[in-house]
Amino acid sequence: MSKDVKIDIQHITRVEGHGNIKIDVQSGELKECKLEIVEAPRFFEAMLKNRHYDESALITSRICGICSVGHVLGSLTASEDAFGIKISEQEKNLRCLMNIGEHYESHVLHIYFLAVPDFAGAKSVLPLVNTHKDVVVRALKLKKLGHEIGNMIGGRLIHPTAMRVKAMTKIPTPEILHDIIHRLEEAKTELKKDIGILKTFIIPNFERETEYISLYKYGEYAFLEGNIYSSDIGETSYKNYLDITNEYLVDHSTAKRAKHNRKSYMVGALARFNNNHQWLSEDAKTIAADLGLKAPCYNPYMITIAQFVELFHLADEGIKAAQSLLDNGVELENRKFTIKPGRGIGAVEVPRGILFHDYVYNDQGYIQKANCIIPTGQNLQNIEDDFRALVPTILDKSKEDISLMLEMLVRAYDPCISCSAHILNVEFE
Amino acid sequence: MSKPKVAFFDFASCEGCQLCVLDLHPEQLLDLLNVIDIVEFREAISEKADTFDIAIIEGSITRESDIPRLQKIRDKAKILIALGACAHIGGINALKNFQTKDEYQEAVYPTAPQKYETSHARAISEVVQVDAFIPGCPIDTNEFIKVVKNLVLGKKPGLPDYPVCMECKKNENVCVYELGMQCLGPVIRAGCDARCPSNGGYCFGCRGLITEPNLHSQKDIIQKYNLTYEKMMDKFKLFLERNKEVFPK
Repeated sequence: MSKDVKIDIQHITRVEGHGNIKIDVQSGELKECKLEIVEAPRFFEAMLKNRHYDESALITSRICGICSVGHVLGSLTASEDAFGIKISEQEKNLRCLMNIGEHYESHVLHIYFLAVPDFAGAKSVLPLVNTHKDVVVRALKLKKLGHEIGNMIGGRLIHPTAMRVKAMTKIPTPEILHDIIHRLEEAKTELKKDIGILKTFIIPNFERETEYISLYKYGEYAFLEGNIYSSDIGETSYKNYLDITNEYLVDHSTAKRAKHNRKSYMVGALARFNNNHQWLSEDAKTIAADLGLKAPCYNPYMITIAQFVELFHLADEGIKAAQSLLDNGVELENRKFTIKPGRGIGAVEVPRGILFHDYVYNDQGYIQKANCIIPTGQNLQNIEDDFRALVPTILDKSKEDISLMLEMLVRAYDPCISCSAHILNVEFE
Repeated sequence: MSKPKVAFFDFASCEGCQLCVLDLHPEQLLDLLNVIDIVEFREAISEKADTFDIAIIEGSITRESDIPRLQKIRDKAKILIALGACAHIGGINALKNFQTKDEYQEAVYPTAPQKYETSHARAISEVVQVDAFIPGCPIDTNEFIKVVKNLVLGKKPGLPDYPVCMECKKNENVCVYELGMQCLGPVIRAGCDARCPSNGGYCFGCRGLITEPNLHSQKDIIQKYNLTYEKMMDKFKLFLERNKEVFPK
């Protein structure tokens, strides 16, 4: 086909942050294909220089409103790795609940508010208030549940106030824990009501096999600790994360990109699902099968479905964590420890994929060097490579339809552009 | 009376304050949509608007090239609201201003420091006239509703102008200084229900100074608790670099 298509979408909507799509096809040949990141860089790693360990999570949580708990978890884990602190089972369970709060907020926002309108032929969730009020109200309540778990456990979900190195400064009452268990059970019942609607969506039939990278801990669908797993080469110690991420700059993006075994790799819900699906909860496995999600899945449009499946698994994990806290009792922990100079690395799974924080502390506990590598930065090249594979196969469609499919593809990755451009990788000194 | 058209815009920020707006209770959100029309909100809707009555802006200005966009928004808006600490007081973005541009550019892009445009971070009010602000990092959702409703009704925003200490006392907290921590609560605007000190933390000033802060009494406090002036000023750096009363330069 010898067709000319020029697409220039400025500030893609219904994503977090500022990005543009640029496609230029001349006589059927793809000349230009770019996902531009035009978000203003914020220089977070430079800001961290000479800040105290008690402020590193406070500062880095501000990289992103939607992943703030994730940055706190990555930051605390890095500091604890540097100081040689082992956190208690209680603290692990409380962090697990915070992580669930964030995933509920983030996945529900993405699935219902950002992705679903495309499938329902709407420009946003607002017109759906009239046509699908029950679904919209349910979505708002599920999102709110994430926020409320964050409030009850961490003081707040967006930029939590009670999460600190070694232990929380606040503990939940048994009533709160019972309430969380009850509401997570209710959330699963509510989510099941939308399976029918999800099944009616026509998900574009596009596959491109790539390298899938996630956190990995044998026997767990890992979120908070573990090594790194690549579908190409297997397990790597979290300490060697730089061997995986290999960051580089391109002209059309203020966010750094990453590549490992191939030209690009994918992180996020679908990468987690492909690498760790055998350890999902039974209920989550049933939902996945029901929705036609089977590992390995090479269709990036299915990321949204993988997120939906994760909500069931996370509810089950949250119920387990809260029950364990109830069974063993909760008490405020001693937060004292000895500062040790040196380097620490935190690797955690946040809604959009694997996140790394890497700090070097001096003997007073002040940061000398910092590096944070963000999931969206790791996905950018993979999205562009998807464009390159997809565009030639859909040239028979109208320009509007091609644009919509590309926007839907970007949205499927649920990119957090603020995060990716809040630029990282510092080598100060 | 037709509902005022409201548009949301953002500059350098984490977009957490706009997320807080999406986080309103379903009843609150639907109720709010009865009094305003949201005509642009890139994070949540695909429509873009040519005209609007109220512009709500999140984020700081960190690039000269962003100024014309802000100016255009100002020209079109009858009321312009700064949303959250980044827009209101520069917030965490301005922490980099304590370093030179060369220092922070080289720190983050060592192989190509000049590659991407940047300049010192500023509050929105340093570039255009701001009619009202909603403070905090992030904002408080109830305060957001209150301010927007008041402005739509032609009233003043109705923000408290007394220090966080008042709310901390009301919550019957043990004073953070008694626990051996630095706290900026005595000079920072209340309205957050002293959320950080009430959850085991300390106030680091995200809501900005009250109108007549008693900075001298802050000095008395650090003397009483045997803390250093340098350490206290270091805490002010986190969110208040743009404040001339704190950092006159």
